[in-house]
Amino acid sequence: MPTVKSPHADQGAPPRTPDLEPVGRADHSHARTMRPGFLAKLVLMAVVDAIGVYCLLAAWNADAWGIFAAMLVLLVAANWVYFTRRALALKYILPGLAFLLVFQIFVVVYTGFVAFTNYGDGHNGTKQQAVDALLVQDEKRVEGSPSYPLTVVSQDGTLGFAVIDPDGKTLVGTAEDPLTPDDATVESDRITAVDGWTVLSRQDILAQQKAITALRVPISDEAADGSIRTQDARVGYVFKSTLTYDAAAGTMTDTESGAVYAPNDHGEFEAPDGTTLPIGWRVTVGFENFTTAFSDSRYAKPFFSILVWTFAFAILSVLTTFLLGLFLAMVFNDTRMRGRKVYRMLMILPYAIPGFVAALLWSGMFNRRFGLINNLFFGGAEIPWLTDPWLAKFSVLFVNLWLGFPYMFLICTGALQSLPSDVLEAAKIDGASKLRTWRSVIMPLLLVSTAPLLISSFAFNFNNFTLIYMLTGGGPQFEDASVPLGHTDILISMVYSISGIDGSAPKNYGLASALSIVIFVIVGGISALAFRQTRKLEEIN
Amino acid sequence: MSTSTAVPAKASTAQVRRNKMAFGKWFSELGWRHVVGVVAVVFAAFPLVYLLSASLHEKGSLTDLFGPVSTANYSALSETMFWTWMGNSVIIAVATSVGTVLMGAAAAYAFSRYRFSGRRLGLTSLLIIQMFPQMLAFVAIFLLLISLGDVVPALGLNSKLALICVYLGGALGVNTFLMYGFFNTIPRELDEAAKIDGATHAQIYWTIILRLVAPILAVVGLLSFISTFGEFIIARSVLQSEGNWTLAVGLYGWVSSLLEANWGLFAAGAVIATLPVLALFLYLQKYIVGGLTAGSVKG
Repeated sequence: MPTVKSPHADQGAPPRTPDLEPVGRADHSHARTMRPGFLAKLVLMAVVDAIGVYCLLAAWNADAWGIFAAMLVLLVAANWVYFTRRALALKYILPGLAFLLVFQIFVVVYTGFVAFTNYGDGHNGTKQQAVDALLVQDEKRVEGSPSYPLTVVSQDGTLGFAVIDPDGKTLVGTAEDPLTPDDATVESDRITAVDGWTVLSRQDILAQQKAITALRVPISDEAADGSIRTQDARVGYVFKSTLTYDAAAGTMTDTESGAVYAPNDHGEFEAPDGTTLPIGWRVTVGFENFTTAFSDSRYAKPFFSILVWTFAFAILSVLTTFLLGLFLAMVFNDTRMRGRKVYRMLMILPYAIPGFVAALLWSGMFNRRFGLINNLFFGGAEIPWLTDPWLAKFSVLFVNLWLGFPYMFLICTGALQSLPSDVLEAAKIDGASKLRTWRSVIMPLLLVSTAPLLISSFAFNFNNFTLIYMLTGGGPQFEDASVPLGHTDILISMVYSISGIDGSAPKNYGLASALSIVIFVIVGGISALAFRQTRKLEEIN
Repeated sequence: MSTSTAVPAKASTAQVRRNKMAFGKWFSELGWRHVVGVVAVVFAAFPLVYLLSASLHEKGSLTDLFGPVSTANYSALSETMFWTWMGNSVIIAVATSVGTVLMGAAAAYAFSRYRFSGRRLGLTSLLIIQMFPQMLAFVAIFLLLISLGDVVPALGLNSKLALICVYLGGALGVNTFLMYGFFNTIPRELDEAAKIDGATHAQIYWTIILRLVAPILAVVGLLSFISTFGEFIIARSVLQSEGNWTLAVGLYGWVSSLLEANWGLFAAGAVIATLPVLALFLYLQKYIVGGLTAGSVKG
C-alpha cells in the first residue's frame, strides 16, 4: 500500500500535529487540503448517504416509522461523526457500533419484548389484520346471489378473474387487487379477451385447476363485501363470510348461529360460551409465557428435564474434553519425544474441520442399521446409538469429546509451556515429588490461565445447537408427543423447535423468546460469576 | 529434538532408543507416550479417513470402508446445488470476516489509543455483551428481518446481504477484546513519533498500526471465517430458498432426508467443504494457538 503523504511534508513545511491544533487554522482544515484520504472519505460518505436516503424514502413509503427513525438517527450520527473534528474516537468505533446496536443489542431487547407477547401462529398481526383475515375465512356462497359469467385470465403468471356483473359491466381482478372495471371483448355472454391479460386455454385451466378453485377475488376493498370464487372456471358466485364485524362495538357476530364474539385479554374473539375464533392478534400477555414454561403441564416437565440435561451436557463436555486434552498435553510435554509435531497436527484435525460436517458425519456413522460403528465394531448389531434416550446422550457427549479435545489439548499445551520455570525449579529443589508438583504447583497455575477459556467453553456448549440438531435432532422424542421435544434437546434447540421457524411445528415466537431470555439469564449469570471468581484467583496468584 | 545424531535418520525411533538405553527404560520414559499418541491420532483421524473413503466409494455406501474407488460422487456434485451453496458460503464468510476485521480493529484502535468520555463504559459494555451470544436472539432477528424486508427487500429474509449484516452485528462484541489487548502491546511512542512527523490519525492507523498488528488481524479474520462458515441456526432461519442456502444448511438437508441415498454425495461435499477451512487452519496454526492462549492469559 502506498504511503499517503501530506502535501505539506513534500513542501518542507515544519512538522505539525494536526489533530492537536486549535480548530480554525484555515490552511490545515480538511476541506482545504484535498488529500486522497479526504477524497476517499467524501466518496464513502456519499455512498453511505445515498443508501441511507434511499432507505429513508422506502421506510416513509412503507409507513415503517420505527425503521425510519432509526435510519435517520444513524444517518445524522454518521454525518456528524465524520465531518466534525471533535469525535475522533467515534470515527473508528461508529461502523462496528452501528451494526452492534441494530443486530445485537436491539435484537436482544426485542427478544425481551416479544417474550411478553403472544406473537405466533394465530397471533401474527394487528387486530385489524385479524378481523380482515377472519372475514375471509370460512366463506360460504351467498344464498340466492347472482351468478357471474367468468373467464380465467393471467398476467405475468398471476391468475385473475374477468367477470360480467349483473349490470353487464366487465370487471377484472386478482387475489391482491379487487375487481375493477376493464374493457373486454364479450361474445355471447362470455369474455373472450381482455386488454393486457391472457385468457387461459382449456389445458391451462386443467393444469392449474387447484389454484383456480382456491382463488378468491375480492369484490371491493371492503372484506365484508365478499369475493368471487368459482368451481368450474366458467361461472363465479359471490362468497361471503358468515361472520360480520361490528366496528363500533368491536365484536364479531356469526350470522348463522347468532353468537357474538367479543375481544378478550389474549387477543382473541371469544363467545360467551368460551369458544374462540381461530385467528387472533398480538397483545402483551405479561409473564404468561414464563409461567407456561415453568408450570404448564405440557411444557414444564420437558422444560425441567431439558434444563437438567443442558447443564449436564455443558459441564460434562467441558470436563471430558478438558481432562483428555490435559492428559494428552501432559503426555506430549516432553521435549525428548520425537514426532511431536506430526502427532499434534493429526490430533487437531477434528478441531480444524467445520462443526456441521463433523456432526453430520457422526450422525451417519451412528446410524442404527447402516452405520459404520455398528457394522464394523459391533458386528452388525443394531445398537440404537441415536434413538435410545441414554445411548443418545452418551453418543452426543462422545462426539463432543471428539470435537472438543483438540482445542483443550492446544490450550493446555500452551499453558504448560508458559509455566514459569523458576517455580518448577523451586519445587524440585524443595524435594517435591512429581505428583506433589503437579497437584500443588502446576495444576493451580494451569487452572488460572485456562479458567476463562473453560468458562467460554461452557457457555459455548450450553448453546451448542449445531451439534445437537444435526446429530440427533433432539431425539428420541419424549413419550408425551404433544410438544416436539426429545431427550437430547438442550435449551437452545428447544427454543428452536418451539419457535416453529422451520415450519415443523406451530409458531410460538412469544414462548420461544421467553425461553431465550431464560438462557440469556443463565449464561450471563454464570459467566459473570465465574469471571469474577477467576479475577480473584488471578489476584491471589 | 533429541540426542541421537550418530544413527542414520531413517532408522526407526524404537531402534534408535534401544541402542542407547534398555527397551524397558525407553518404554517407561518415552515409548508409552508414542502408544498414547498413536491411539489419540487414530481416534482423531479415523472418522475423517472414513469420510474420505466414503467420498471415493463408487456407491457411496455407509457401511463399506473400502470399496471400488471412483470419483463419481465428486462429479455428481455438479448436478446438484452444491457449488451454489459453496459459493454462497464462501461469499458470506469472506465478507463477514473482512468486515469483522476492519470494524473490530478500528474499534480496538480507538479504545486502545484515545481517551474519551464513555471509554470505560464502552469497554465494560462490550465485556457484558460478549456474554450474550447473538444466535440466542434468532427469533427476534427473524422478526426484525421480516420488518426490514417490507422496507428494503435486499435486507429482508432470504437475502445473503441481510445475513452478512446480522453476522457483522456480532463483530464488535466477540473480537474487540482480543484485539484491544494486542493493540495495547504496540508501544505508543511509535504513533507519537509519527504524529510529530505530521501524520494524521488516519495515516497512523492505516500505515503504522495495522501493519504491526497483522498477526492478530489474521487470527480474528480466520476465526471469524471459520465460525461463519459453520454457522447454522441463523443461516437456517434467514435463508429460505434453496439457491441462497449455505453449505451447512444444504448439507444438513441432504443428510436429514434420505440418508442412504445421499451419503456418497454428502461425503464428497463434506470433503470439499472441509478443505479450505482445514488448509487455512493448518497454515495459520501457530497464529491461532498463539491467539487462543493470548486470550487465556489476559482473561
